[in-house]
Amino acid sequence: MTVEHVNGDQFPSGLRVLAVDDDPTCLLLLETLLRRCQYHVTTTSQAITALKLLRENKNKFDLVISDVHMPDMDGFKLLELVGLEMDLPVIMLSGNGDPKLVMKGITHGACDYLLKPVRIEELKNIWQHVVRRKKIDAKDQNNSDNQDKPHNGSGQAEGMGNSDQNGKLNKKRKDQNEDEDDEDDEDDHNHEDPTTQKKPRVVWSVELHRKFVAAVNQLGIDKAVPKKILDLMNVEKLTRENVASHLQKYRLYLKRISCVANQQANMVAALGSSDPSYLRMSSVNGLGNYHTVGGPGQFQNSTFRSFPASGMLGRLNAPAGLGMHGLPSSGMIPMRHAQNSDNTTNDQGKFHPALLPGSHSGNILQGMPTSLELDQLQLNKNITSISELPNTKDNTTFHVSSGFPDARIGFGRSTNPLLDVNNNPLFLEGHPQEAHSNKMFGNQSLMSLNSGSSSRLPDHGRCNDNWSSAVQSSGIQPNSFSLGGDYKQPTLHPGHLRDNLSTMALPIGNSPCDVSSLHPLSNRFQDPKADLQFQAVQDAPCRSNVMFSPLNSAVSINGDVGPLGQCLDTNKTFFHRSNEFDSLGQSNFVDHFSMKINEVQRSSMQASSNLKEGYLMGQQKTQGSYISTSVDSLEDLFMSSMVKEEQDKVLVPEGNFGCSSYS
Amino acid sequence: MGYVDDQFSQLHKLQDESSPDFVVEVASLFFDDAEKLINSMARALEQPCVDFKQVDSHVHQLKGSSSSIGALRVKNVCIAFRSFCDAQNREGCMRCLQQVSHEYTMLKSKLQTLFRMEQQILAAGGSVPLE
Repeated sequence: MTVEHVNGDQFPSGLRVLAVDDDPTCLLLLETLLRRCQYHVTTTSQAITALKLLRENKNKFDLVISDVHMPDMDGFKLLELVGLEMDLPVIMLSGNGDPKLVMKGITHGACDYLLKPVRIEELKNIWQHVVRRKKIDAKDQNNSDNQDKPHNGSGQAEGMGNSDQNGKLNKKRKDQNEDEDDEDDEDDHNHEDPTTQKKPRVVWSVELHRKFVAAVNQLGIDKAVPKKILDLMNVEKLTRENVASHLQKYRLYLKRISCVANQQANMVAALGSSDPSYLRMSSVNGLGNYHTVGGPGQFQNSTFRSFPASGMLGRLNAPAGLGMHGLPSSGMIPMRHAQNSDNTTNDQGKFHPALLPGSHSGNILQGMPTSLELDQLQLNKNITSISELPNTKDNTTFHVSSGFPDARIGFGRSTNPLLDVNNNPLFLEGHPQEAHSNKMFGNQSLMSLNSGSSSRLPDHGRCNDNWSSAVQSSGIQPNSFSLGGDYKQPTLHPGHLRDNLSTMALPIGNSPCDVSSLHPLSNRFQDPKADLQFQAVQDAPCRSNVMFSPLNSAVSINGDVGPLGQCLDTNKTFFHRSNEFDSLGQSNFVDHFSMKINEVQRSSMQASSNLKEGYLMGQQKTQGSYISTSVDSLEDLFMSSMVKEEQDKVLVPEGNFGCSSYS
Repeated sequence: MGYVDDQFSQLHKLQDESSPDFVVEVASLFFDDAEKLINSMARALEQPCVDFKQVDSHVHQLKGSSSSIGALRVKNVCIAFRSFCDAQNREGCMRCLQQVSHEYTMLKSKLQTLFRMEQQILAAGGSVPLE
């Protein structure tokens, strides 16, 4: 692709397009038009042939244009596969301009949708999709100038389509979070020689992101400079530019989280799950993060801040396809939480004080990341408890990523006021008592807090708060899924969440984060399911995020938090969640909280069910199609995620998808 | 209503030195394709148990290619045809099929005449105006 060698007159000539259409008339017309635009065209009338060509050499083409109606394979399916496997921009072509179909295209991750007869003017513009994608990749290689200048890094146009997540695609990108892991080399930072013109895209895998978060936490968010981060990470082939770009995105995320946190209940902040990467980061540092969190007092303020970061991660990752794979680094999370707490406290004021007893602060902070995410989710539910949640999150996150099971537990319980379910009614998560499997993380955490102490809930009167806390605790909250989206969250809080369905809209966006956190949690919770969920979540971190994000927005309380992994895996999880949700409502704090949550969830579920379809589709695409997984019972999610986990080990960069939507 | 719309003239614009017979090529492809589709539709509609989805799929394809070439009337019949397919109205479909076939035949003969004339002009040393 010669886009990079932009030559004023020639650009964008030389764009290599693969055209697929079973109609020979249209195909010839398309080919001629494309040649007229000075593109290099390859045509085929069979989707299967097209895939073969693409698989032979991924770098041979820059763009794919495909018809929707084809005899051998559905155009959307091809779209998803291409997005997943090759991560190329795909444009759909059809004689049918029905908005529903166009929407379907978007959710599957199409960059564009053209109607037949296609006009040359439209084709003259298709190169923008390629450039846009390249820019996203190129950002990683930008110098560090950007690091201090947050731009809209989150604006990565994921093929999303959603994601599609589109998807997002989506692709689903979904990305579609999507089952597809186009990032088969996700663990390779640079799979190509960096000296080649076309710089390989750096895939910020969960692992990588975790390291990044750990490094950032270690240095301190304010002092983190790419060079030092790079040194700390000690990753081969990662350039300072990559880190700089990622850092920038991360910061944007944190910022966003903090903004969201302010608006939303603390829950969001606590969970900060919105940014899986964030979470991951936190988790990595897990313990380390605690430090960053600072004292309780600070915690609150700092936590909020940290959240935004995490939120960013989600976004950051998303574009880079990092997805939320990584387990939320505990380190990050705490930081985030702290930041969030600030935000949340501001907004809710309840956030911190209630939940975070001094010691907890550490936890809270950690949980913050999730809350950050929560913020995004719109936890307006006064989730004072959210702050508590962060703890849980932390616990989870830590566990997950950093594998500090002990630490986590401690955190959850002791350190995090939120987490200590015992102490805080709000804390849902940390509490093994809850023994709710992780499912509920996001939402549940809040709920669990409530439920756990169901009796307490009323005391706190925080139903709303709980949500936030729950959400936060879920920490896992993937990106800004405000309660509704908590899909991720659930994973975090293995125990509590289950019942709590509190779909605290944990920002599921960060699904990846949650995933990671899940693992640790499982340990804690002794809930076999939790373990499962975690695992599932972890694997599918990417997905969850993607999936959830849309939901979150739709349903603030969805509380489907469900494990992220699950989200990715499938729609199933989502569906499950909704089911469970209802049942969950009956659990403990059902009285207060559940009512609320149920309502929310129901509404969200409904909304999400609509979205679900979208997501499901998106997920597959991983392109970022955020599938608005309806509020599936977290349990199901976990279970499914567990199952899926094995199947989908691939982290989809859907995180991006989700994140974007958050923003 | 004209037999072809503006799209047809767009096709002409694409014809140049590098593809001097572009319009004829596209039209030929269209003819072959359309004939196959019409035959498939006829076969499908003759079945005792008509598979309307199949018929609809053929019609959709014909609609797409006819719009690509600018065959306005054919395309319009296709649109009506599709709604009959959705309604699973066999009678309506049969009628549309006849119409489509008719329009197509007319179009083909006119285009072939046009192409022949253009060739004659070119052979005589003249040039064919785009409009």
